[in-house]
Amino acid sequence: MSDLQAIRLNVNGVTRAVSVEPSASLADVLRQELRLTALHLGCEHGVCGACNVLLNGRAVRACLTLAVQAEEAEVKTLEGLSAEQIAVTLKECFRKFRALQCGFCTPGILVLAVDLIAANPDPSEEEVRDWLSGNLCRCTGYQPIVGAIIEAAKRLRGAV
Amino acid sequence: MAQGSLIGQSLPRVEDDRLLDGAGCYIDDVALPGMMHMAILRSSDAHGRITALDCSAARLVPGVIDVFTAEDWPQDMPVIPMRLIPLESSVPFLQRPLAQGKVRYVGEPVAVVVARDRRTAEDALEFLELEIEALPPVVTRDQALAATGDALMVPEVGTNISAQYQIGRGDIEDAFARADVTLKKTFQSHRHTAVPLETRGTIAVFDIAAGKLTIHGASKVTFFNRAELAKAFNLRNDQVDLITSDIGGGFGVRGELYPEYYLAAEASRRTGRPVKWIEDRREHFAATNHSRDVDCELEIAALKDGTILGMRGQVRADMGAYIRTNGNVVPAKAGQFLPGPYRVPAFACEVLALVTNKTPVGTYRGPGRIEANFFRERMLDCLADELGMDPAALRMKNLLGAAEMPFDTGDLLPNAQKVVFDSGDYPATFRKLLDECDWDAPAQVHSDGRLHAMGLACFNESSGGGLYENARISVAASGQITVSTGSSSMGQGVETAIRQICADALSMAPERITVALSSTTLLSDGVGSFHSRSTVMAGSAVGQAAAELLDQARGEAGRRLNAAPAELDYSDGVFRVMGQSDRSIRLSDLSAMLSDQGGLDVESRYEQAPLGFSFGAHAAHVAIDPGTGDIEVLDYWVVEDVGRVLNPALVEGQTIGGVVQGLGDALYGELVYDDMGQLLTASFADYLLPTSTEVPDIRAVATGDYPSPHNPYGFKGAGEGGIVAVAAAVGNAIARAIGPAGDAICQTPFHPEKILTLLHAAKKGKQ
Amino acid sequence: MILQNAQGDARIIAGGQSLMPMLNFRLATPTLLVDLNRIAALSGIGMTDEGLRIGAMTRTRDIETSALIAQHQPLIAHAVPHIAHLPIRSRGTIGGSLSHADPAAEFPALMLAVDAQMVLHGPQGARVVPAGEYFQGLFETATKSAEILTHIDLPHWPEARRFGFQEYSRRRGDFALAGIAFWADMDGDICGECRVVAFGVSDRPVRLHGVEQILQSHPLNDADAMLQARDAVDDLLEPDSDLQASAEYRRMLAAELLQRAVHAAGGMA
Repeated sequence: MSDLQAIRLNVNGVTRAVSVEPSASLADVLRQELRLTALHLGCEHGVCGACNVLLNGRAVRACLTLAVQAEEAEVKTLEGLSAEQIAVTLKECFRKFRALQCGFCTPGILVLAVDLIAANPDPSEEEVRDWLSGNLCRCTGYQPIVGAIIEAAKRLRGAV
Repeated sequence: MAQGSLIGQSLPRVEDDRLLDGAGCYIDDVALPGMMHMAILRSSDAHGRITALDCSAARLVPGVIDVFTAEDWPQDMPVIPMRLIPLESSVPFLQRPLAQGKVRYVGEPVAVVVARDRRTAEDALEFLELEIEALPPVVTRDQALAATGDALMVPEVGTNISAQYQIGRGDIEDAFARADVTLKKTFQSHRHTAVPLETRGTIAVFDIAAGKLTIHGASKVTFFNRAELAKAFNLRNDQVDLITSDIGGGFGVRGELYPEYYLAAEASRRTGRPVKWIEDRREHFAATNHSRDVDCELEIAALKDGTILGMRGQVRADMGAYIRTNGNVVPAKAGQFLPGPYRVPAFACEVLALVTNKTPVGTYRGPGRIEANFFRERMLDCLADELGMDPAALRMKNLLGAAEMPFDTGDLLPNAQKVVFDSGDYPATFRKLLDECDWDAPAQVHSDGRLHAMGLACFNESSGGGLYENARISVAASGQITVSTGSSSMGQGVETAIRQICADALSMAPERITVALSSTTLLSDGVGSFHSRSTVMAGSAVGQAAAELLDQARGEAGRRLNAAPAELDYSDGVFRVMGQSDRSIRLSDLSAMLSDQGGLDVESRYEQAPLGFSFGAHAAHVAIDPGTGDIEVLDYWVVEDVGRVLNPALVEGQTIGGVVQGLGDALYGELVYDDMGQLLTASFADYLLPTSTEVPDIRAVATGDYPSPHNPYGFKGAGEGGIVAVAAAVGNAIARAIGPAGDAICQTPFHPEKILTLLHAAKKGKQ
Repeated sequence: MILQNAQGDARIIAGGQSLMPMLNFRLATPTLLVDLNRIAALSGIGMTDEGLRIGAMTRTRDIETSALIAQHQPLIAHAVPHIAHLPIRSRGTIGGSLSHADPAAEFPALMLAVDAQMVLHGPQGARVVPAGEYFQGLFETATKSAEILTHIDLPHWPEARRFGFQEYSRRRGDFALAGIAFWADMDGDICGECRVVAFGVSDRPVRLHGVEQILQSHPLNDADAMLQARDAVDDLLEPDSDLQASAEYRRMLAAELLQRAVHAAGGMA
């Protein structure tokens, strides 16, 4: 399984040619080959959510996806979302609510929240907590993150 | 802007911009040219003799450039020292970077592979042939006490007791003789750990030609670690630098002087290449410090009216296989904090530290306090039941009041360091908690079929300490101010706090100040971040450095403006001659004029011996599902007096985060070993952390009613008050919810299975 | 053909949500990975004459949001949000979960409860295996080497059918310590044909025929029948103890969850 495979990845709107081991995870390829280090590896077994990326618009674990499986998909990392309105608003609200401390989990949570608000523009607190339950944060106690996501959704709906 | 005007404001966090853009730079984001990767062969046996270790096959793996073991170490392998509460009896149990002759816990480093990439290094571990002859594993405190022969960790010592001493105050025999009521119970605080979301990692660069060792990915106590690494590699302090980057959570476990720092440095020395090591999550659970794992036999003596006369008992800590840098902090603090914030005129406690074949124990947020608070506060609820008293009234009766401050706690530490509670009015602060949670309201009737109850717990908490801290402030000709301290930020917002204090002390806009923390290249000396000390110690040091800098600048400004220093007004970075606004000079211009002397650049050491003590109380509302034993925490309140509050939002964030961490520890996370000393919980599938659906909204109130007299700002630490009484408050709530069966709630974690079993047994008992 | 000719250890990868952790920690080191993600024909949900057909590569999140599932398989629609967490459901597939055959997983229990038919394709063509025969043990199914699960056929769900689904896990999204999937075809207030499937309590999901017999021909709120049914759960199950729960606790949970599932079906929850 060590023969390198040449693949083309569409990441953040740009198609990039990379050579990867077939068993390499998307997370390793994004971080090491493409130097997109916003996503972090907190567990490498799909529990912590720090490596969330959007695959065709949906938040998935980059550590549980093979790079070769992402070849025909549209991959977005936090770097590629940064200028989009949902992410910009989320970041403002995260700042306001103090929704981060060490920041290690934050990119994965922002990516999840982009998916959430796109799928459900008016989420209840219970719905936000349910979505967020797949992401671990050791610093904030989640409370400010929940508040920030609800506020961001509100602003994006024009309800503020 | 007047000095003092920024203290108490919730200034935004300076860290947020880069972290929200994903532009933070954590250690695994750092890549150096020519960098190699290290993987560590770790023992899969808990206790045994190394009979063979063959590295030849691993050396032949393509991509592997080096393999080494203890035998390859050039001189005697260094011993990793105790940094805190060192005791002579613990010395034989110190760890070396690699196992020598024997392995003593699952996860102990045995050999190192260096390869061109991480995957190759990890794969090559398979080719190391290690043979171990099993020795009897010691996995419980009782086994440790009974151990002889091959079950001894260090046979020459003759015992697995690594520390044993007595503490106390008052006449304990008399207290128990006079008591109307005595109660005796055994409690246990389980083994768990901090689990920061970023695992540990480092990059070592040993430049032999230049005589320079650089360690990236450092934190917490960089200057201590530098001195020890310098000794270990025969270098002077100035030949070693420790560099900090962004840190994905510390909570006490990160940044201590672990074996891996030595191993990466040695790997780099041997190969002449930068060597990176990143811990994986399974490795983390076996290699990074565990904590807690203390039991306690406790006896209390009281009068009928609830007056506590005395407490006596024994605290026994399972230290794991070695005594690491945190020395005897866990058992010592568990003993010291047993009487807590109460009068307890007589107290006697034996403190025991025991070594076992498990991962070594170190500090994790609230070390020893979590344990002591749980033991004592559960005992107080049991006493209240026994006396038919309201648990709040019992506490109110015994809490130390303002008139009793300062309160000398007596000799409660092994090194005879005197500890005095500095300030506070504990009943008054406790009253605020009771009002917040509406304790005195009539019990609500809940119609969801669950058993509801509230639980209380009080604590006090030391902070600061560590003798001193350094701060350096320099002024660039551009007007940019740079401030550095020996304390580091591991996510708590220390950068924000330091900038806020510096801006306040220099009475200028925070935006003009850049913060760079704890790298040994930034200042000449420092201590670090632990014991909720960063704001207290580093903050005070920054204030002091700013005053010295302004003093020096004022003299210089007077000379340049032909005015006496006393004639000068200072604000917003500008000195002005009083009444003559056209005669002024800026700090930046002064610094430029002094460029031949290095500009305005002051490093100052702030020294403080006595600790500040915060006081606080927690309340938890839980609901128990009698069909499943499920425990839901519905509401949670914390009130803590943290002395003067620097940044209320930062304090609230620390408190809420601490509570949730504590809830996870009380209800979920447990490091479980089997009889053979195998760690059974080495992934997030087995070691459970709280998620957003398990925790309630938490109401955290920080009061600033009782500033500490021991530092210029009156700060008390705020990093640990959120976590230290969670197990106690939740345990008390659960016990009250399940009625008489609750008497058996003496151990953490609180598992629904245990609750359901207790409820069933109680039902059967009644029939 | 690839699977048939593979040397050494070949593994099929669907969503990868179970296999990838094993690869990352080197607990599995296959010499060949066969990726099904690009075979569009294996994905999707459609109506058939007999009911619904779900492609094995259909993502769990698509089942969760499917109007067809919501309308025609309400038990599945109700239960799917209990599966792991959203990013796992976004990637994980029903076929992957069924092939992995974790005894505490929801999909295997649901398939057993709704009498699903597993469609397997191999070198000899297609064959259909009922869910009751498909799950053969811990992480074991009736799939032969060189066969793959391609579709799942779900029979028609009668309109008068009532259901309850209950599971208990330590945290939201965790594998269940115990769970019950239940449905009953009602004859007025009386329980007619019914299904009781327990999961997380054996090496595979188990149908509790003995409990079904007790519940049949009684109203769903019959207290005596429920007491008997609870005892029967206790008698019939022999779960293992592990780190998260003892056998005894799992039995207690299963009995309690049965009661809650039946009461939910009867509108009494």
